[in-house]
Amino acid sequence: MKTVFKRTPTLKDCPTHYCPGCGHGIAHRLIAETIDELGIRGRTIGIAPVGCAVLAYDYLDVDMIEVAHGRAPAVATGMKRTNPDKIIFSYQGDGDLAAIGTAEIIHAAHRAEQLTVIFINNAVFGMTGGQMAPTTLLGQVTATTPKGRNAAGEGYPLQVSEILALLPGAIYVERCALSGAAGVRKTKKAIKHAFELQVEAAEGLSLVEVLSPCPTYWRMTPAKAMEWIEKEMVKVFPLGRLKG
Amino acid sequence: MAGKIIIETERCKGCGLCVVVCPKGCIEISTESNKNGFFPAQPVPSVVEGAGNTDCTGCAICGIICPEAIIEVLRDDANDASIKIAARPGKKTVQRHSCESRSLRK
Repeated sequence: MKTVFKRTPTLKDCPTHYCPGCGHGIAHRLIAETIDELGIRGRTIGIAPVGCAVLAYDYLDVDMIEVAHGRAPAVATGMKRTNPDKIIFSYQGDGDLAAIGTAEIIHAAHRAEQLTVIFINNAVFGMTGGQMAPTTLLGQVTATTPKGRNAAGEGYPLQVSEILALLPGAIYVERCALSGAAGVRKTKKAIKHAFELQVEAAEGLSLVEVLSPCPTYWRMTPAKAMEWIEKEMVKVFPLGRLKG
Repeated sequence: MAGKIIIETERCKGCGLCVVVCPKGCIEISTESNKNGFFPAQPVPSVVEGAGNTDCTGCAICGIICPEAIIEVLRDDANDASIKIAARPGKKTVQRHSCESRSLRK
């Protein structure tokens, strides 16, 4: 018998701190596999977000840096401009990228920075206790919207990928979901393409939005959370290649 | 026996995603907890022993979905059921019974 699937070397062989069924573990593995397949482990620098994935540098065996909340695209800009031969990627959650870091990501795309951004959208602030995020769905119950998000009071879910796809500086924007094996495979393809664009020095920002489950703060079992992505989340955040 | 999986049960958090996605129902949640207090996923006994109902095809869907990346998948490459696909040079062989579209089945 031969091994057809096992842990990739870039993903450190240690347990994660994530809750059972969390999508971050899958996303980390996809990034690690992509780095190994492209053979760029020695020249990749990652940026960890503030949020649940703040300890991503403990799990990915590449050079990583931790930056202030939402400022990853700004720091990445400096890193890429001073080290053009390095592969810079930022890993950001929806609280990091869509809330406090909206200005940074929009202007990084607007300046056509050669970065790869992995945007994990789980519709809540996971680390701080499941509060409403800009990406929270209408009617979704969170710690700060106990009666469900109401458009009159809290506004509508923010579709960052659609906004970025309008900018000429963003060359590749795709939205995928980690629901089911097919979704994970598609996400892998998208992440790999985003990295390949930077390896080939394509001029512009590539962003992959990943709809990821948060079973703990959605108050569901992991299997139900995957179903919820497929049934509810994709209605507000339609999957597919938005640009590129 | 076409496939086999090895789960590091001490690191499993028992989320059960592999149980849900396994097309052959070859994974179950254990009734005994591990050291961390989780009830881990484990291959159904027949898959481990290589006798009886060995439905595991080594499709690796459980490994693809596992958030902890603790599932290793092995496949019997000497199996006669594998076929070469000439149209896709990068993809050398495929197990007939692991074809999801069923177009390779007789």
